Amino acid sequence: MRGAKSAKWVAMAAIVALAATACGGDGGSDSGNNDMNKGAADPNGILTAQLSEPQNPLQPANQKESQGSRVIRQVFSQLVGYEPGTGKLTYVNAESVTPNKDSSVWTVKLKPGWTFHNGEKVTAKSYVDAWNWAANTKNNQTNSSWFQDIKGYEDVHPAKGDPKADKMSGLKVVNDNEFKIELSGPVSYFAYKLGYDVWSPLPSEFYKDPKAFGDHPIGNGPYKFISWDHKKLIKVRTFKDYKGPDKPKNGGIDFKNYTTADAAYSDLRSNNLDWIEQVPTTALTNYKSDLGKRAIDQEYSAVQSIVPAFYTKQFKDIDPKVIQGLSMAIDRDTITKTVLHGSRTPADSYVARGVLGYKAGALKEQVTYDPKKAKALIEEGGGVPGNKISIQYNADQDHKPWVDAVCNSIRKATGVDCVGDSKPDFQADLNARDKHQVKSMYRGGWVLDYPVNSNFMRDLYGTTAAGNTSGYSNKEFDKLSSQADKAATLDETVKLYQQAEQVLAKDMPSIPLWFYKVNSGQSNKIYGKIPYGQDGDPIFTDIQVKKK
Amino acid sequence: MGRYVIRRLLQMIPVFIGTTLLIFLMVHVLPGDPIRAMWGDKAADPAQVEALRHKFGMDKSLPMQYLDYMGNLFQGDFGETFGGRQVIDEMGEAFPVTLRLAAVALAIEMVIGIGLGAWAGLKAGKAVDTGVLIFTLIVISMPVFVLGYLARFVFADELGWLPPNVQDSTNLEQLLLPGFVLGMLSMAYVARLTRTTFAENLRADYMRTALAKGLPRRRIVGVHLLRNSLIPVVTFLGTDVGSLIGGAVVTEGIFNIQGVGNLLFKALGQREGTTIVGTVTVFVLVILLINLLVDLLYAVLDPRIRYA
Repeated sequence: MRGAKSAKWVAMAAIVALAATACGGDGGSDSGNNDMNKGAADPNGILTAQLSEPQNPLQPANQKESQGSRVIRQVFSQLVGYEPGTGKLTYVNAESVTPNKDSSVWTVKLKPGWTFHNGEKVTAKSYVDAWNWAANTKNNQTNSSWFQDIKGYEDVHPAKGDPKADKMSGLKVVNDNEFKIELSGPVSYFAYKLGYDVWSPLPSEFYKDPKAFGDHPIGNGPYKFISWDHKKLIKVRTFKDYKGPDKPKNGGIDFKNYTTADAAYSDLRSNNLDWIEQVPTTALTNYKSDLGKRAIDQEYSAVQSIVPAFYTKQFKDIDPKVIQGLSMAIDRDTITKTVLHGSRTPADSYVARGVLGYKAGALKEQVTYDPKKAKALIEEGGGVPGNKISIQYNADQDHKPWVDAVCNSIRKATGVDCVGDSKPDFQADLNARDKHQVKSMYRGGWVLDYPVNSNFMRDLYGTTAAGNTSGYSNKEFDKLSSQADKAATLDETVKLYQQAEQVLAKDMPSIPLWFYKVNSGQSNKIYGKIPYGQDGDPIFTDIQVKKK
Repeated sequence: MGRYVIRRLLQMIPVFIGTTLLIFLMVHVLPGDPIRAMWGDKAADPAQVEALRHKFGMDKSLPMQYLDYMGNLFQGDFGETFGGRQVIDEMGEAFPVTLRLAAVALAIEMVIGIGLGAWAGLKAGKAVDTGVLIFTLIVISMPVFVLGYLARFVFADELGWLPPNVQDSTNLEQLLLPGFVLGMLSMAYVARLTRTTFAENLRADYMRTALAKGLPRRRIVGVHLLRNSLIPVVTFLGTDVGSLIGGAVVTEGIFNIQGVGNLLFKALGQREGTTIVGTVTVFVLVILLINLLVDLLYAVLDPRIRYA
């Protein structure tokens, strides 16, 4: 064979180059100048939304991941809901949820006339039985520990061994539309917890075959479950007799299964899909020009932070000034804008925005980039032992870029060496955290469970809190938070937690980095903008579909 | 022949046991607890973790778990996923999808690959030959995800000729683009292979004889040349079916295809032992069977090959 002629290679290079430039071209045909406010809404229009296959059967207390819970939330209504933006409590299936004097016994009154999709009446018993079933260890519901405030929880869910009873003594049915919840101690914000999908009522049909029910749930919510074609499509349609305040403004939802964000994004651009969960990382830089006004850029209540492992030699007796110094060495503004392409906003509090008790600027100088002061503070505090930190993260998600950027920022500002410590996957990452094997610091994330500031503090930094994996302990904080939980009114609770936050601000149990944002988009079949809730999911009942 | 086939089938038994054992061990020595991971960043409830571990038999010793698994397997029970679905159902959904995709890819690969190769081989040294060489080199040097995104961008997003994703795997139109991308690389190899054997066999003695006998050119090329040249190509295609089924993870991901690659990828992410071991085992069996088929096919193509 003769050697390849150079002309061939030139030609090849030209073809490759041509192909590459084609890629960089602008979206063209579907760029988002389509006016979303033109036309009219069709009350019976069906919208299509992205969903991955739910990991568990669709039983309300078994949804630990976002996909299954997205469906459950359409099919089931809770006693209460939250007002988006402020996090204020609203009543949905409940007429009232009232505490006694010390918030240890709660009386729930139901709105009369509600039915499940199969016609069965929603009564106090529908709730009480469902909770007793879900709390029972034997029924293997991943969210069973949500019922731990209720008196008698230890009987159905002992720390070890089989349950001794199948009913929690704290739950008492008064009549069809009223029941009482006795807690094992006062919790002033208990009503707030009731908005989570775990607390859904269940029809008697459920207990006949919980597994089959998980394949075809029957709820009391705005949408009636129609079908689940595994890994393809989940269909829900508007429930005509729905009595709740959040009556759907559309005819139903088709949840289409997508394996990757890229595939979904591509279908959104060709209007085969009306809503996507998140724009793929590859499209973050140009999705706004691709979609125009149809791009969605919405903050939600979740925070990402880096947490020192206080059980290590390095951080055992550390002066908080050092951690504060590290925090001030991170240029949050630049990193969120460049490396993260505006997909996060710098954090200014331990509590995420949109949560009751969030105070703008609760953290001020601690989160302001100031390399000089950062260096001074670290020196004042005696320096970082070993003069080197590492940040543990899981490599199976997109964390490396920002971990590197944070490290870079710290290194440049303070001279403290910083490296990423990657674990191959999330399981390995969690394993090291749970077993207290983190070498220096680790990545932590927290999405709200319920929109009260206690959720972002007590559940993470309380000495005995299950979510506290860093070994952090502060008596002053513990005292304040237990006081707050016992406070007579919710306002007081929130205020006391705001005080507790200032304790944390001095002690720096973690370094908050930024709040999460949804970067998404909608198709041109949607009328108006898709409204979002505080948890980063759309309010599906309020989405309107254009008339064809 | 019959004894040969039986011997080959019997050889599959140790391979089968070996692979299941290896995969089973590999899944279980990875650090981290898949049950604990269901809680994510949130705190897991130890009592519930314990109960779930018991439910999935994960509280037993590793050898016991393996014996349990194999015992169930021989009764046709592939076990349950963490989500409570039967693994066999999941595989039953995924394998046909992947097979359909592989069939489309294989068809594209065969028709275009052999066609191009034969054309280039017959015109060896001419412009056509050079053109095919350049084309195949480009295809071979391009990673499949580049090809995949590029193809989708051009043919689906910009031109709108084909749908960008697969929603329904029985729809041939939707499978065309991913099948094309998946088959592209092998198509290039098939073309190169066919071209070489064609060019070589053109100069073989039997070709001269056929020509001297005055047979029409169509018959010479279509029967004598083609059949003799196909042996190495068939070997390649046979092994390629295996990689088309197993190696489609990237393509399945890009085009949203719920096939075996995806099933395996998801299961690995969740560390779902039962699904991983079951799927890989079926995989191995499929590849072994295809290899056997290819070996038998040789005898059909070349009567000189005999199996005792």
